[in-house]
Amino acid sequence: MSCIEQMKYTIHLQRISFKEAREYIEKNSDEVYYVSPGYKIFKDYYIIGIPPIAVGAKGNALVFPYTKPCHGSFVLSIDNEDSIKEINRLRETGKEKATTTVKKSKSTESSRSPLTSYGDMWKK
Amino acid sequence: MTGAKVLLMMGCPEIPIQTSIALYLSHKLTKLGFDVTVAGTAAASKLLKVSDFDGYYVKKLVDLDKTIVDVIEKRTDFDMCFAFMHNDAGMTYATTMSSISQARMYSIVFGRNAEALAESIEFDCEKIVAQDAHNPTRLKNKLDKVMEEIVK
Repeated sequence: MSCIEQMKYTIHLQRISFKEAREYIEKNSDEVYYVSPGYKIFKDYYIIGIPPIAVGAKGNALVFPYTKPCHGSFVLSIDNEDSIKEINRLRETGKEKATTTVKKSKSTESSRSPLTSYGDMWKK
Repeated sequence: MTGAKVLLMMGCPEIPIQTSIALYLSHKLTKLGFDVTVAGTAAASKLLKVSDFDGYYVKKLVDLDKTIVDVIEKRTDFDMCFAFMHNDAGMTYATTMSSISQARMYSIVFGRNAEALAESIEFDCEKIVAQDAHNPTRLKNKLDKVMEEIVK
């Protein structure tokens, strides 16, 4: 069990495909950042997903995908002190971000540059 | 390839042929000299444990999520990974493994939507596809051919 299940979270969508989760986050976040599979958030959750993985900020809440083998993908958000830290970390390390305006343009697809994740660091 | 580390990555055990193929593949690869680890969800692991309570076919059974964390944190890795999938979540897990691991990937795609699911795979892998849910024979035969190629 990851730390997410012990935190206070909001479920925005449940039992969907990963693609649907990504699209929801892109359309419903104030800021969107792209990370690689295995990117660690909060205490011990490593994001499972298909790159590019969209992680959003909506106010002080972190909006992110959460996938379980038997239940499909979910879109969750967590709004607390730790989510503010996570959003700041994404802002500091994010090479590319898509805001609500930019992400709707077609060129955004090709300019996506996933953040360096734990996985990427290991492959180098 | 003898001694090479192989991971069998089980997903949701909802489709019956996953358990029988995992047992078969684990035993066959072990007999061929591979170091086989089977990773599964709690439910998939329980099905395997009851079927193989003495650990005759599966020598190493581990938790799927913990294994992914171990690979991300560089505590372990594998030379080959056979990822079972019959739904989008299974494919998502396999994509994650292909991204974090250096293992050569084999996607075992089964169930009623196998063809469409196999087409949606974006990572580099060898696909073993059978549109079956209950009868494991076709999938077993395809995997036999893959294993023949591996040990050549």
